Amino acid sequence: MMYKIDLVVIGGGPAGLMAANTAAEAGAEVLLLERDGHLGGQLVKQTHKFFGSEKQHASVRGIDISTMLGDRLDSFGDRATVWKNATAIGFYEDGVITVDHDGVYKKVKPKRVVVATGASEKFLSFPNNDLPGIYGAGAVQTMMNVYGIRPGHRVLMIGAGNIGLIVSYQLMQAGVSVAAIVEGLPKIGGYAVHAGKVRRAGVPILTSHTILRADGQESVERATIARIDRTWNAIPETERTIECDVICISVGLTPLAELLWQAGCEMRYIPALGGSVPLRNDCLETTVKGVYVAGDVTGIEEASAAMVEGHLAGLEAAASLGFKSDSYDAERKDCMEQLTALRSGPTAEKIRTGLACTACL
Amino acid sequence: MGDRRITDHPILDFDEGEVIHFTFDGKPMEGREGDTIASALHANGVKVLGYHFKTKRPRGFYCAIGNCSACLMIVNGKSNVRTCTAPLLPGMVVETQSDRGVPDDV
Repeated sequence: MMYKIDLVVIGGGPAGLMAANTAAEAGAEVLLLERDGHLGGQLVKQTHKFFGSEKQHASVRGIDISTMLGDRLDSFGDRATVWKNATAIGFYEDGVITVDHDGVYKKVKPKRVVVATGASEKFLSFPNNDLPGIYGAGAVQTMMNVYGIRPGHRVLMIGAGNIGLIVSYQLMQAGVSVAAIVEGLPKIGGYAVHAGKVRRAGVPILTSHTILRADGQESVERATIARIDRTWNAIPETERTIECDVICISVGLTPLAELLWQAGCEMRYIPALGGSVPLRNDCLETTVKGVYVAGDVTGIEEASAAMVEGHLAGLEAAASLGFKSDSYDAERKDCMEQLTALRSGPTAEKIRTGLACTACL
Repeated sequence: MGDRRITDHPILDFDEGEVIHFTFDGKPMEGREGDTIASALHANGVKVLGYHFKTKRPRGFYCAIGNCSACLMIVNGKSNVRTCTAPLLPGMVVETQSDRGVPDDV
């Protein structure tokens, strides 16, 4: 059986939830596919209060934003369907999307698609990096904030970007000791407000340092770190051993773009955005007509930008089907202004540079 | 290893969910309602979920959100279950996996 519908949104995180809500609001019939058993994506583990303006839910915690957006989607009744435990496993040239929904194989043929699949964590090469106890920063956050389980007793954090700093702070909130934060760059990548919090709690942030190896029998028992020079080589006699049972890797994210590759979207490798990203126009439509993108799959940013992109993609996908409300022009203008504002600071320079390479039309 | 469960947190409340009984490699263990298989094992101090099919090096989860497949185990006889996202259910028989596993319906 082939399911036919106006719009399929792939991914129930911040971008996908906003896209589904906006398109349903405009009058389109929407099917949202979520791989996990619950909506929200990675919002569900974000216990910190958001920055930005009120429009982007500033000072609300990620977990609460997720509930709000899910409840709003419920309010559209039959116009918005959610399949949980539903993984989009294929995207074919005839526009058919195949789905594993609770173990049942299903085929869906929508008129439009918003791909909002998000990102996955990058990894780092060093000897014994496959030892149990070496976890992605997101994994540590999930264990603590979703399941209420401490990942271990003493953590070495690799990476002083915002995620590394925030997760270090959250580890301490959960009663776990953080031995140090190791950062390869000569300066801290994350916001000063986050760095200050962990430093005041007594955690050293070791810039121009790297991890050389992990050791342990069946799981992590210790790590060796060293200072590095400007060419990223370890400086002799600066090695030291840190006792720890968890090594947390926070070295960035990369877009989860497999479905876009399969759909035939033109992709470009842009390191500033975390990897290969789809070319798109200012409606967030890719080079494959009817396929829109939003959130981290378009390039790594953060949840606020993902929500605004989701809004824009949902608005445009619906409008292209004739579901164009009176507020279309105002909403579109508002999204554009919010994105410009979110990407305006000096910390967003990398994102601006990367985005300049993605315009296709 | 009961101290792995967070009971006191400045922002989050963790309800003491219903106890769920399961076994890991034949040993009886307890998890909580809301756990995934991997989170329940971790709460019991189990970090090694499997062994690499070729090198036999120990494997644990890496991403905990269903992306990386480092957490594959045998659950109720079915191999290659992503235990980091699969919910823990009463009576589950969870086993360490150290080969490629067997596909479904074979």
